[in-house]
Order: sequence, then structure tokens, then C-alpha cells
Amino acid sequence: MAEATLPHDLPSAYEPSLFGTYSKKIGMWLFLLSDSLTFGALLYAYSYGRISTQNWPTPFHSESIANATVMTAFLLTSSLTMVLAVRASVHQDAKAQRLWLLATMACGIAFVILHGREWSKLIADGLTLPVFPQIPGHTATGELVDVARRVPQFPATFFGLTGMHMLHVTLGVIYLGVVALRRNFIPLLLVFWMAAWLGTPSDSPFHYAAHILLVAAVVCALILWLKPKVYDSSDVEVAGLYWHFVDLVWMFIFPLVYLMSARIF
Amino acid sequence: MEAFQQAIAHRVAEQHRHHGKAQFFWVWGALLAMTAIEVYLAYRNLPPIRMLTILMGLSLVKAALIIGFFMHLKYELSRMKWLTMSAVITCLALMMIFFPDAFRILSLGAK
Repeated sequence: MAEATLPHDLPSAYEPSLFGTYSKKIGMWLFLLSDSLTFGALLYAYSYGRISTQNWPTPFHSESIANATVMTAFLLTSSLTMVLAVRASVHQDAKAQRLWLLATMACGIAFVILHGREWSKLIADGLTLPVFPQIPGHTATGELVDVARRVPQFPATFFGLTGMHMLHVTLGVIYLGVVALRRNFIPLLLVFWMAAWLGTPSDSPFHYAAHILLVAAVVCALILWLKPKVYDSSDVEVAGLYWHFVDLVWMFIFPLVYLMSARIF
Repeated sequence: MEAFQQAIAHRVAEQHRHHGKAQFFWVWGALLAMTAIEVYLAYRNLPPIRMLTILMGLSLVKAALIIGFFMHLKYELSRMKWLTMSAVITCLALMMIFFPDAFRILSLGAK
């Protein structure tokens, strides 16, 4: 179907693009604008809950804040490596492009692992949702059990917002993996799936969420099988737009959710 | 189709000709520095409204740096910048219509 696309940039052949750029990039911008409204709605829902609820909890100890700060540093660094990947692709340096993309993926994976650790700690302390798997016969006794019972808006909005962001980061890593490694990424993705599935206890939500990687592997395999191509500088740039957006959203989640709910004393 | 791909690659290279590596490192350093300031402020025990204002202000500056430099919008055509940013800001601003209701719940004394 791509052959049917109007080649805007061919000189004198067609009218130039209204926005002075190629359609793939405009398409990604439009997607990001719509996605920003998804995150905007979630951030507003969190803020609404916070305003309208007396005694909003402040569960984040200095250890959680330090963890979230390191996560932020990883995301910011991944944005730097991403622009360096775009730069390398513009200069047609395929080796550097692949290395910078892999560095970006490594930072993204580190972010997801740290975030998963944070979630697991909160769940173990009693901050949970009814949809999360329960251990039969086990009753949580951590300090956050009362928070989940007294202010259910907090775990609902916290896990909803940060879970949606974590999903975006995971899909971003997969997207970059496909651009960097193409078909070679599929077996790697299956290894990630097995590691995530077998490496998490059966009472962890991540044990079930790991199957997202399996679904992604099937979807990526289908796409790469139906339309094999060598990804060029425009594909790297468009993937970069998505990645920077994920970073951008975290710049609002980190202060609003973590810093404004830090336990100071 | 190959000519089409080459034309796009040429356009991408043309659009990125402004950039030196140093610029990206400066932006990255500024983003990290602002994050450090945010974390410092979180432990200053400021009044919540003042802290929220400062943190959101810093977040908006960080967002502008990411959109402008990393997402390259600074170098796009004016109509691209204005259309995208005005659309998203308008939609996000419209969502604020719900906030007075949140305050109303407090004044009604809901537990």
C-alpha cells in the first residue's frame, strides 16, 4: 500500500507538503498529539482525586524518591542516546546508529526494571488493586494496607497512570528493537518474554503482563514477514519522536506523582 | 520508490543540518540539572501550592526543551509548530473544566 502514497518530496512532481516534512513524520506527530490527551486525561484524573480527597497519602520514602530519580536519569539519558542515533542515521553511519539505538533500549529496559521493582515493593507493602493476583491465604500487613482501604483512588490512579506509561516504554523498546535489529530482534524478544514470565512469581502482576512481549513478538514477526524493509533515517527519526514523547510524559508524572507525595518526615 | 526514499532521506538530512552534538549534551545537562532542583525542592517542605507551581513550571521548561530540541520542533515550519502545539494545549486546557467540581466535593464535606 505504501506505493500508493503521494511522493511529496519529489521535485516538480507533486505539490510540496503543507507542513514542510514527510507524511510518516506528520502521522507520528498526530498520533503523539492524540496520545498526549490520553496521558493528559490520566494526569487530570490523578489530580482530581488528589484535590477532592482529604488526607491524600504520601507513601514515597526517600528510597522510592531516589529510585524514581534514577529512573528519570535513565529516561533523560535514553533521549540523548536517541538523538545521537538519529544523528548517526542522518550521517549514514549504520554501526553507530545501531549502537545508539541499543543504548537507548538498554536505558529503557533499566527504567522498566526499576519501575517494576518499585511496584513490587508497594504491592508487598499492601498497596494493591483488586485486579492484581492474590496469594491464597496470605494477608498483606504492610504500612500501605490502610492507604489502599481508606483512599482507593490513590492505588487506582497511581497504577493506572504509571502502568500506562510503563506499557508505552515497553512498546517503545520493542519499536526501537525492530528498527535496530529487524528480524534478529524476534528471538531476543522471545527470550525477554521467557525471562519475564519465569523470572517473576506467579502472584506478581508482571507474571501475566509478560505475555505482552509474546503478543508483541507475534505482531512484529507478522509485520516483518509481510513487509520486510531496511529502516532508513526517516524511520529512525519517527521512532525517536515516539521515544522522546515517552520521556516527555514522565517529566510530568515524576513531580506530580512522586515528588508531590514524598514523605519528608 | 527508491527516488522517493532518497528524497525523504535528503529531507531528513537537510532538516538536521543545524545540529552539533554539543547542543544535545547541553540540553541533556539542563534537563538533569532541573530534575536535581525538583528533587531538592521536594525536601524543602514548601507550601503545597507553591511547590506544585514551581514543579509544574520546571516540568513545562523541560517539556519545551525536549519538544524543541530532541523532537526537533524548533526547526520545523511555523505552521507545523503552531498547529500542533496550539491544538494540544487547547485540548489539555479544556480538561481543566473538571477541577472546580473537585473543589466542590471538598466544600460539600465528602469523606
